[in-house]
Amino acid sequence: MASVTLQNVTKRFGNVIAVNQANLEIRDKEFIVLVGPSGCGKSTTLRMVAGLEEITEGNIYIGDTLVNDVPPKDRDIAMVFQNYALYPHMDVYNNMAFGLKLRKFPKAEIDKRVKEAARMLGIENLLDRKPKALSGGQRQRVAVGRAIVREPKVFLMDEPLSNLDAKLRVQMRAELSKLHARLQTTAIYVTHDQVEAMTMGDRIVVMKDGVIQQVGAPLEIYDHPVNMFVAGFIGTPPMNFLNVVLRREGDDYIVDGGSFKLTIDPERARQIKNLGEYVDKEVVLGIRPEDVDDAKLHPGDERNTVVATGDVTEPMGAETIVYFSKGEHQFQAKVDPHTEATDGQEHPVRFNMRKIHIFDKDTEQAVV
Amino acid sequence: MKRERLWAGLFLGPAVFLIAGYLVYPAFVTIYLSFFDRNSTEFVGLDNYVRIFTNNAMLTALKNNLLWLVTFPVLTVGLGLLLAVLTDRVRYESVAKSIIFLPMAISFAGAGVIWRFMYTYRPVGDPQIGLLNQIRVALGAEPVAWLLERPWNNFALIAVGVWMWTGFCMVVISAAYKGIPRELVEAARVDGATEWQVFRHVSLPQLLPTLGVVMTTMIINCLKIFDIVYVMTNGNYGTEVIANRMYKEMFQFRQYGRASALAVVLFLAILPFIILSVRRHLREERSTNG
Repeated sequence: MASVTLQNVTKRFGNVIAVNQANLEIRDKEFIVLVGPSGCGKSTTLRMVAGLEEITEGNIYIGDTLVNDVPPKDRDIAMVFQNYALYPHMDVYNNMAFGLKLRKFPKAEIDKRVKEAARMLGIENLLDRKPKALSGGQRQRVAVGRAIVREPKVFLMDEPLSNLDAKLRVQMRAELSKLHARLQTTAIYVTHDQVEAMTMGDRIVVMKDGVIQQVGAPLEIYDHPVNMFVAGFIGTPPMNFLNVVLRREGDDYIVDGGSFKLTIDPERARQIKNLGEYVDKEVVLGIRPEDVDDAKLHPGDERNTVVATGDVTEPMGAETIVYFSKGEHQFQAKVDPHTEATDGQEHPVRFNMRKIHIFDKDTEQAVV
Repeated sequence: MKRERLWAGLFLGPAVFLIAGYLVYPAFVTIYLSFFDRNSTEFVGLDNYVRIFTNNAMLTALKNNLLWLVTFPVLTVGLGLLLAVLTDRVRYESVAKSIIFLPMAISFAGAGVIWRFMYTYRPVGDPQIGLLNQIRVALGAEPVAWLLERPWNNFALIAVGVWMWTGFCMVVISAAYKGIPRELVEAARVDGATEWQVFRHVSLPQLLPTLGVVMTTMIINCLKIFDIVYVMTNGNYGTEVIANRMYKEMFQFRQYGRASALAVVLFLAILPFIILSVRRHLREERSTNG
């Protein structure tokens, strides 16, 4: 078990910068998730920690050891690959025992660890099978088993669930979380799926174009995104962005969307300290779909109620997503499934102005 | 149903006709002729076969073929594997591979000419125009008559064969080597394997089916080796192989019976390897379909 530290880590492939000046402190026993769209550098970062990719600049420490020039075999890490990467010519037992055999563990110890891991993962009855004879979920378990028998300092997982079907993915997600709670091994987990990131990570690292955008606990990132990218990437459906002009009317801050005006909750306005600098300027109003409510079902706060046109309704069962338009603006609302909003009809919606975010239109950074 | 059979017949017909006419029928006639005398008129029983395993010249050919069999496939496949793995790690891979593969594009006669120059021998004192002897003399050693001295002349010929076929082995093995998923190798590295252990425990097992195919091909290749020997020594100085002996019996001595018997022996020697390779092919086809 160990911490992992990245100091100004940069990776270049020729002229392409895959990872740019990444700084990250991963604590001992932490489950950290690197998330971002494909090509954002998350896998490259993981592979640099694994030692499978050389570091162009910067330093990586595992524990207190600088590992820049340490080959993967000596880093005491275990990795789970997206396509499992099981050795096709070995049975499940030997797939799991391979790393221990290379490290010259006594036979009895190998046997004990493999059987223990197999029991933990529910694959005891598969030990003499070849990977070819296993289903995707079983292969995934073997790949995880191969990593845990080693009892490494750090687990690295590169999109381990993305080859599984949706149902199995949800199940394995919970199992991996449970496993981590039990083993308490530092884990770095790469995914493009923000739901996986939110549900599994102690902390999340959001990356884009090789740059770390934000590091924080799931809800911290959800509630306080530092920029429009993070705000839009984390959460489904994504945050609504409306181009508005910020105005001052008396003591209140007003956002003017042309066809509507909304008053920012005074409490919220006080939290955003630099708001005053943006008066009479164009800004981006960010509001999550769950903070836009059906005003017919839940009336109140007349000032922030807007009559908009329902374009499309998507009933999800527990809630309904409604795509509204108002003037040139479009936004989604996550509302009670009993809503009467229908396609093509006007319907009152109320914005929860306590939960809004204001972004600088040019820098796309959150105004704080 | 009837239509299907008609179509099947139409598609199969030409192939069946050609194989029957040009392969099956001659094969049976050859077997038949191998029991007759030189003019194919008088039945001689097993005399031709007995001669193959008693006559000195014949025994030399058999012995030499055996020498080819134990050296040529191992060398070509071994070197091919080594080069496939090594070239995979260098930046000028395609250039290196092209050069190694190049001999494949040269005709056997051309290769024979090239290597005769390599092996050329002039008596001591005369200027050596052969490259190998030139090097020997420059280093202060005596020139060697590479193609005359037994049993080394056989190895000189095998070296030419290896030079020509290693490139082929390398290309086929290299394709398989590149087909090994990168993650598999990386998983082994993370698991704690050294580069040698990665090769030994992960890459090599993945290559085995390919090595088997290439090895079988090379065995068949060297069992019917003819042209290199024909061009370089014409089977003289104890370098003759079965195919050369057969050619001589047939076209120089007009011994149809003996030549046919040799053909049958050669066929029987190759047969197990053909069966092996067909079996493997069928097995692979089944496993990819299932």
